[in-house]
Amino acid sequence: MAHAHTDTQEPTRRDFLYIATGAVTAVGAVAVAWPFIDQMNPDASVQALASIEVDISSIEVGQSLTVMWRGKPVFIRHRTEQEIEEAEAFPVEDLPDPLARNANLPAEDTATDANRAHGRGESRPEWLLMVGVCTHLGCVPLGEQGDYDGWFCPCHGSHYDSAGRIRKGPAPRNLDVPVYEFVSDTLVRVG
Amino acid sequence: MSGHSTIHYKNPVVRWIDTRLPIISTMQSNAVDYPTPKNLNYFWTFGGILTLFLGIQIITGIVLAMHYTAQVDMAFNSVEQIMRDVNYGWLLRYMHANGASFFFIAVYIHIFRGLYYGSYKAPRELLWMIGVVILLIMMATAFMGYVLPWGQMSFWGATVITNLFSAIPLVGTPIVEWLWGGFAVGNPTLNRFYALHYLLPFVLAAVVFLHIWALHVPGNNNPTGVEVKSDKDTVPFHPYYTVKDFFAIIVFLVFYAAFVFYMPNYLGHTDNYIPANPLVTPAHIVPEWYFLPFYAILRAIPDKLGGVIAMFGAIAVLFILPWLDTSRVKSAAFRPLYRQFFWILVIVCIGLGYLGAKPPEGGYVIASRILTAYYFLHFLVILPLLGIFERTKPLPASISESVLAKHGHGGGASAAAAAASAPESRG
Repeated sequence: MAHAHTDTQEPTRRDFLYIATGAVTAVGAVAVAWPFIDQMNPDASVQALASIEVDISSIEVGQSLTVMWRGKPVFIRHRTEQEIEEAEAFPVEDLPDPLARNANLPAEDTATDANRAHGRGESRPEWLLMVGVCTHLGCVPLGEQGDYDGWFCPCHGSHYDSAGRIRKGPAPRNLDVPVYEFVSDTLVRVG
Repeated sequence: MSGHSTIHYKNPVVRWIDTRLPIISTMQSNAVDYPTPKNLNYFWTFGGILTLFLGIQIITGIVLAMHYTAQVDMAFNSVEQIMRDVNYGWLLRYMHANGASFFFIAVYIHIFRGLYYGSYKAPRELLWMIGVVILLIMMATAFMGYVLPWGQMSFWGATVITNLFSAIPLVGTPIVEWLWGGFAVGNPTLNRFYALHYLLPFVLAAVVFLHIWALHVPGNNNPTGVEVKSDKDTVPFHPYYTVKDFFAIIVFLVFYAAFVFYMPNYLGHTDNYIPANPLVTPAHIVPEWYFLPFYAILRAIPDKLGGVIAMFGAIAVLFILPWLDTSRVKSAAFRPLYRQFFWILVIVCIGLGYLGAKPPEGGYVIASRILTAYYFLHFLVILPLLGIFERTKPLPASISESVLAKHGHGGGASAAAAAASAPESRG
């Protein structure tokens, strides 16, 4: 009774119980909320489609193939000598996005033509593989169009060059290069 | 909405119910006896029109859901089946699709009514902010509904709009994949959009209830912006405004029916009658007309994140509008400068809508940048300054006085006061 006045500043056992109860409730609420949030993430069947193999033996020089990978188009282009030379000639430091954006290489690698046309394992610069989704708002760019012998996005006017690098327009990044590897001379595995 | 009713009913059954759940007296005091300013013009009928359209959308939507299949291989065909095979399916779908457009026509008129007459000012700030929440929920609902037919515009509209979230630094891509339930817009996206499109109208109905509740605490604003001062300023809601609202609803429905029956696809896009194809983007993606001004703002900014911020900012600025407008006079009828800026804003918004439908190149981009800048200038600079510099006209002493000044030929005792205030309240 007498001490009721003196130790009002001191935390009591009741304060401890309030805080402990509140903390456990908060943790419990988050733990229960998480399954309801995470169920919206890509499920196992979507993840299972994460890797495909494509036969590229029929793609001649100057031709392209578009395949579906993870619900997105992937451009596989057999580039001409001229396209490779044009891409190599342009200085990397003048690009709007100087990074390679290549999932096969370290994130800080620069967007040289060699770094763009580079998969896992041995390099084959005549083959360019890219996710065919404009980095602006996700439209599919059209091939062999635009001001730089590459791709042009009709939605908001982004121009990509023959190495899939953004050169003009609102897109912030070069087209993404997915993880890929040449399994044999005629077979490439994407993902 | 009050606690205990003071109304006593003679009918014992009614009295038995009302003393246990005062739903009858609540309805009577809020929808029948409710004192309403007697000078409301036809711009005040859009609240009723909007409530009706929420009902139309829910009823037509529920019956459409009985025939629709939310699966990427079947969605487009199930909509075509509704159009061709289901009895009156064409009517129900056209009512629902055009109903969305007319819902937005009504809500935009309702919002500009609020802007013109200063209905967002104290004590109605919360009422206004709840209204902005309603607009946001309407937009989300309409967007997800447009995805359901799974045509080309559905698919690519969904792709472009969900990709807006990828502009968020660091967490952008995980958020977008979480929204999609995959690595692109696909079947999981369609399924969850359908579930949410069915849910949100009922959330909307609940928020509309809060909106009406928040309206009935301070009561209606009115064309003079002068608050109700005595019983002389008001008339009971029924029959005066039930009849006025009913007449306005009939006129509005005539326009709606003209679209439903004679040009049901006028407001839509032909590309949405092509089944969705994830490999081919249409040459020119445009959203539905009611999103065009915001789409123009998005594209006006040359930076991706900046464009997204500006687009959401165009609505966010409405949230703080009650504190941006520093003028103590509500109605534009007594604010000669604000009235001119109001009409410039109306023209700017229509201009942005026009530019949103045009390809993003050349002069169109420059024009959208100018109009976007003006839109924000209006709210963030012009409105705060106008309250300081504008010389407003003298306000009438009461609603009654202003009404008698306009129509006061038989005004009797108030004729003198009416004559005195006539020059100010004209025009």
